[in-house]
Amino acid sequence: MIPEIGHFALIIALLVALVQGVFPIIGAARGNAAWMALAKPAARAQFLLVAIAIVCLGYAFASMDYSVLYVASNSNSKLPLHYRVAALWGGHEGSLLLWAFILNVWTVAVTFFSKHLPDTTRARILGVMGLISVGFLLFMLTVSSPFERLIPAALDGRDLNPLLQDPGMVFHPPMLYMGYVGFSVAFAFAIAALLGGELDAAWARWSRPWTTLAWTFLTVGIMGGSNWAYYELGWGGWWFWDAVENASFMPWLVGTALIHSLAVTEKRGSFKAWTVLLAISAFSLSLLGTFLVRSGVLTSVHAFATDPERGMFILAFLIIVIGGSLALFAWRAPTVGKGGAFSVISRESFLLANNVLLVVAAGSVLLGTLYPLFLDTLGLGKISVGPPYFDTVFAPLMTPAVFLMAIGPLARWKQAEIPNLALRLRWAFGVSLATAIILPLLLGHWTPMIGLGLFLAIWVFSASLQTLRERLAISTLPLATRLRNIQRAWWGMWIAHIGIGFFILGVTIVKGFETETAVRMRPGDVTHLSGYDFTFNGTSEQQGPNYTATRGHLTVTKNGHEVATLDPEKRIYTVQNMPMTEAGISAGLFSDQYASLGEPLEDGAWSVRIYHKPMVNWIWGGCLLMGLGGFLALSDRRYRASKKQVLAQGQAVEAKATA
Amino acid sequence: MKRFLIPLGLFFVLVVFLAVGLRHDPSEVPSPLIGKPAPQFSLPRLDDPQQSFSPKELLGQVWLFNVWASWCAACRDEHPILLELSRSGIIPIYGMDYKDSRDPALRWLDAGGGNPYRVTVMDEAGRVGIDYGVYGVPETYLIDKKGVIRFKQIGPVTEKVLLEKILPLYKELQAE
Repeated sequence: MIPEIGHFALIIALLVALVQGVFPIIGAARGNAAWMALAKPAARAQFLLVAIAIVCLGYAFASMDYSVLYVASNSNSKLPLHYRVAALWGGHEGSLLLWAFILNVWTVAVTFFSKHLPDTTRARILGVMGLISVGFLLFMLTVSSPFERLIPAALDGRDLNPLLQDPGMVFHPPMLYMGYVGFSVAFAFAIAALLGGELDAAWARWSRPWTTLAWTFLTVGIMGGSNWAYYELGWGGWWFWDAVENASFMPWLVGTALIHSLAVTEKRGSFKAWTVLLAISAFSLSLLGTFLVRSGVLTSVHAFATDPERGMFILAFLIIVIGGSLALFAWRAPTVGKGGAFSVISRESFLLANNVLLVVAAGSVLLGTLYPLFLDTLGLGKISVGPPYFDTVFAPLMTPAVFLMAIGPLARWKQAEIPNLALRLRWAFGVSLATAIILPLLLGHWTPMIGLGLFLAIWVFSASLQTLRERLAISTLPLATRLRNIQRAWWGMWIAHIGIGFFILGVTIVKGFETETAVRMRPGDVTHLSGYDFTFNGTSEQQGPNYTATRGHLTVTKNGHEVATLDPEKRIYTVQNMPMTEAGISAGLFSDQYASLGEPLEDGAWSVRIYHKPMVNWIWGGCLLMGLGGFLALSDRRYRASKKQVLAQGQAVEAKATA
Repeated sequence: MKRFLIPLGLFFVLVVFLAVGLRHDPSEVPSPLIGKPAPQFSLPRLDDPQQSFSPKELLGQVWLFNVWASWCAACRDEHPILLELSRSGIIPIYGMDYKDSRDPALRWLDAGGGNPYRVTVMDEAGRVGIDYGVYGVPETYLIDKKGVIRFKQIGPVTEKVLLEKILPLYKELQAE
């Protein structure tokens, strides 16, 4: 009964989404206020209906209703409750429901925080989001219903893929979806602006906080996924250039370009057409990612359900949404004015250069991801494109991007001068260059990549310090007051840029100085690696809720002092009889010790992989700083103030109405 | 105006590739095992663990080797087709129960409406599966009279695969 309620709620939601998508947009074109006014209640009703559906599915998981096919395929009675609930998005159908739900969360948020928007704009935005929702709901109801029954019911479920049975599964997918579905808001703003022909600074000002928020979620979501892969896959890697990772990374790159381009459009009125194109592209890449993952066009370790029929549906949807919006762009964008002029050397041009580099980088990731498909389609054979391609393409693109990123905040709008910038940054440059040459030599290992990475990281730090110094030099007030006077949006930018520095530093040090070894260890054996001694103390058997595990015990000592114990596990998940490795990690600020169990060998010996990962956590720390920067920018006074003003206005209107 | 059409043009090139790509099956990886002798094994039988079975016994016959498991949902889909094929008696089907245990496997066969296999062997540890390069269950191999793998199906055997690929090839191989 409950699953049918969920299914029914989805059907009604589809009808409501149609109302939300059709009437307000037509109403906005014709100036029909009543039709436009339908948008808000429809959006809220749709949110409630999709929420009912997701709660029904969650209930089916929690109550172990194995007469629901999706539940029977992705859950098991021995699965702990939190994973049973997270299993909701462990498969294709549930992922889509989560997608639709999060789209509705964003839409409903727009209904609450759009009081300052003109009615026509709001109607168009909500209408566009309604139409996107129509596509996803239709997709679910026709070929991917999570509520399909299994008659007769299964006695027990097939279990959630053991790879997904991890705390990361509870947080990572919702975070990531909040990110790339969140770009739908910027997309809807852009389409609304194109429809209305009002591409102005106000449009950029409204889009900015939404875009920043989505970008922040996406940053943290990608970081979570990378960290999860690091400890769950047991290979010590943290990024694999897998198609699904790329699917989330492309929107991130374009989204990063978008938040900067929006800043220029708001402040200077330039880049309008380009900003609109980026807003369309960021969300289009999110949709394309969904297509690549869900259609079976590419195989990947992440693709759990693939089906060409579903693929056709998503492709048709892509053609309508992306093709339609690009056609609208081609039609409307030529009428957009050029905006403020700027010289070749100016903050605008730095931002534009960075934008182009980020977009080219996203394009190269797209090319690498789709290249196997192109070759296969042209009948030129099956290949796979791996890290060597991406590493080779990425470093040359990101090097100038990061270099310019650090200068950008120092350059003046409209016109800046290179000699002047060079003078201000001479110390930063000197320090970076010196560090890049000397530090690796002190550490005993110099390669061009280590030198380059260190140079860029220190360049970001030192140039950012210079930026802060100049910012503080404006007045002679006490330092604390001057620090407090800086807007949070500025701090957000500054911290996010510093985060990039941390990230580069982490990547450089890990890639340059990590060590690993695969050894056969009997109880009592000691392995030396990078100054640490790893002693294998044998294994013990463990019983988990739905798995049995062999747990290895290793003691790590440095100069005779114990620094950590590692407990890597080799688990057998009983339902699918699937082996999984759980790495044993001792995480630290400056290095991780990492061990994973391979295969048991004779007489109690095991093959053990041991890694020493210096500063690996700086990679994720850097991403967290970027996310923190995003949140700081969002908490800036001007957003809070505008909300208060709106509330005050609202109260005034209410007061008038009651009087 | 023209430059604003560039994104749309690029997108449509992409769409063409995606549309054609959809017709290709990425799981159709050319198996390195095709044309190679089927890896040998000797495994206990599902119905009677005291007895073992080895593909050597089938030299001189063309036969179908189907890897399945009770935990595999797609196996349920192909089961009726295998049952019908076995009732027709055209091709002898032998099964391997992969990474599974006896009780659920026997129950699964009962619940599924019958046993299409002449013999099923148990590969509880999955070692033989590795020799055969099994990575998605079900997988099905057509093996000729000399014990050479001539065809491999990853994923369920559908009616289409059976009629268009397996049966025609079987006739050819019988005539060899």
